[in-house]
Amino acid sequence: MKKTGGQILWECLLKQGVHTVFGYPGGAILPAYDAMTQYPIRHILVRHEQGATHMADGFARATGQVGVAIATSGPGATNMVTGIATAMLDSSPIVCITGQVGSKLIGSDAFQETDITGVTLPITKHNYLVTRADDVASTIREAFHVASSGRPGPVLVDITKDAQQSSAEFDWDGAAPRMRGYRPDYRPAQPDFEKAAALIREAKRPVILAGRGITLSGATDLVRQFAERTNTPIAMTLLGIGGIPANHPLNLGMMGMHGEAWVNTAIQEADLLLAFGMRFDDRVTGNLKTYAVNAKKIHVEIDPAEVNKNVKVDVALVGDLREVLADLLPLVPAGDHPEWSARIADLKGDSAVRDIQNLPDNGHLYAAHVINDLWRETSGEAVVVTDVGQHQMWEAQYYKHNAPRSLITSGGLGTMGFALPAAVGAKVARPDAEVWVVVGDGGFQMTMCELATIVQENIDVKIAIINNGYLGMVRQWQEFFYEKRYAATPLVNPNFQRLAEAFGVKAMTVSSRADVKPSVDAARQHKGPVLIDFQVEQEDSVYPMVPAGADLHAMIRRPSPIVETAAD
Amino acid sequence: MLHTLAVYVEDKPGVLNRVASLFRRRAFNIDSLTVGHTEQPGVSRMTIVCDVDETSIRRVEANVYKLVNVLRVDDLTTLPSVERELAMIKVAASPESRSQVMQLADVFRARVVDVSADSLIVETTGTAEKVDRLLDVLRPYGVLEMVRTGRVALARGTQPAPTVSDRFAGYDSETDDSHVSYSV
Repeated sequence: MKKTGGQILWECLLKQGVHTVFGYPGGAILPAYDAMTQYPIRHILVRHEQGATHMADGFARATGQVGVAIATSGPGATNMVTGIATAMLDSSPIVCITGQVGSKLIGSDAFQETDITGVTLPITKHNYLVTRADDVASTIREAFHVASSGRPGPVLVDITKDAQQSSAEFDWDGAAPRMRGYRPDYRPAQPDFEKAAALIREAKRPVILAGRGITLSGATDLVRQFAERTNTPIAMTLLGIGGIPANHPLNLGMMGMHGEAWVNTAIQEADLLLAFGMRFDDRVTGNLKTYAVNAKKIHVEIDPAEVNKNVKVDVALVGDLREVLADLLPLVPAGDHPEWSARIADLKGDSAVRDIQNLPDNGHLYAAHVINDLWRETSGEAVVVTDVGQHQMWEAQYYKHNAPRSLITSGGLGTMGFALPAAVGAKVARPDAEVWVVVGDGGFQMTMCELATIVQENIDVKIAIINNGYLGMVRQWQEFFYEKRYAATPLVNPNFQRLAEAFGVKAMTVSSRADVKPSVDAARQHKGPVLIDFQVEQEDSVYPMVPAGADLHAMIRRPSPIVETAAD
Repeated sequence: MLHTLAVYVEDKPGVLNRVASLFRRRAFNIDSLTVGHTEQPGVSRMTIVCDVDETSIRRVEANVYKLVNVLRVDDLTTLPSVERELAMIKVAASPESRSQVMQLADVFRARVVDVSADSLIVETTGTAEKVDRLLDVLRPYGVLEMVRTGRVALARGTQPAPTVSDRFAGYDSETDDSHVSYSV
């Protein structure tokens, strides 16, 4: 049956299981929007196309399904660039559909023409320019396949206006992906399994490094079984958080630049690192020359281009983590490392006295207190979507996540402005989940226009602004490394409560610790979006901190009156 | 050291751009890149010479193979292979010096393919080293213009080169070659 390219687009999206898209219309995508009215699709009208991509990304991170964003040509498409790059760096499966000027106008600098496939070439897993209605179905199917298979990532499909308008035979089955080159189905060779098993048997001080891959491949249970069987502690990357329950006795917590001291010390003292679905980012390794020098390294990774990129490994098992672990587990005997466990317990005890939760309440409102109280009031069961900066690190430290996909945050690209739109995507994907946005006062203002989307679409997210009146993480670096020259970091902010109210969002302002829990409770009881402006200590810093490029064990420790008194 | 990769790609718009962009983005140095049709319709072959160390070439291979339009990557560096480059060199040649230049070309088994009043064009095929040596001897006469194709290479015999998928995975090309419609 003949259909227009625009109709074929929606037919394909429905067949792919898509019921919600995030988008913004415009001239070159109008035929597709016009066709949309004939299909049972929920369209979330954003206020900026960057928001649409973050929403699609949040949707994908919350569920593992492909998120879809849609925009027009030119500025609509270029506004998506930040969101696409964010999804690329964190391996998030999204498909972005953009309109393009008519195929005969391509290359003529027509109104709202941008070479968006050229622009996004290095920040997409793959992209397509479709100029004929006949190619719409096969391209959409291929785009979903590429986005969601292997190491997931963003795919952009640019469809010319005439391809949306003209008609073609719609043949779903005939449009099945037939790709000659793309086959991400790697399997490690058997000898490599045996090499890995031998290293695991010999290890006295092993540590598992668990990244986003453990969730992406659905291997969280296998990683836990592996850890329990071999009694191996697990250090999490930022994006690994939630993959293993925080309350699991073998879960050490987050590693890296703002990881707890015992985690980084354990990595540096280890004799075997088992990297599961992580990529040795500079934020987790610190100085590569001194990184875990005494450890053998086993890297289980689906992307061969990540092997030996930053850290040279002894055994690389390239393949899907779940399949690899299923094959590896029977080769590994049950084991125990009592001395190693005792050493780690010592390290933990040493750090506990520095924990801000153990300090007496001096009347100041610290961000860590806000996050800790939020964790308690939500029983650790909320989906928390964070932005980027100090609050993000405090969230990672003080909100104890027990479920996969319960922390959604921009790790690799570190995209400020991510949280609010990504939370919309997460809430739409999981309407029954309690979704909290934890966001700084700086990042909130980058995409706060999406408050209007939240109201228009009645998205029930709760927003906690950690407001310290600074671009806090940059200020912290200025304090530590630039002698407190606070260049361009102080913020003169709007009244967030009144701002939210102007959008039609219920809002509160909290500046004392005693008010934190009641405000969180009030927000939870309110049906609909709520914003709380937590006015916290202005010049607080995130500890511990490994300065960029420093040795992982060379942390700036959390100051503690108890420790400092003891040292005197 | 110089590594020679043979890269089979789908013959689609923008593929050269994707490969070139990858080398730029990952800061891998391309020494030369040639591209042309193969014996298979719809498949082009690139010969890429890049100057990187042994660890980096594995990353180059893996990254190139990751591109969706790339069908296969062979590292010909350590395999017995035939490597050739074509050069055309326009040399200043007066009626007096012309015969000397032609004699030199002859020694190098190069051919004179154009003669004009004050210059001639010498065409040669061979390894990069041979082209370099010919250039050295022609330079005193005055090299006016030159064009080189960059290296093309073919493995000798019928042994398929180990591919990136062989190297990183126990991939069995005999049982699963449904996606690949050509053989080396």
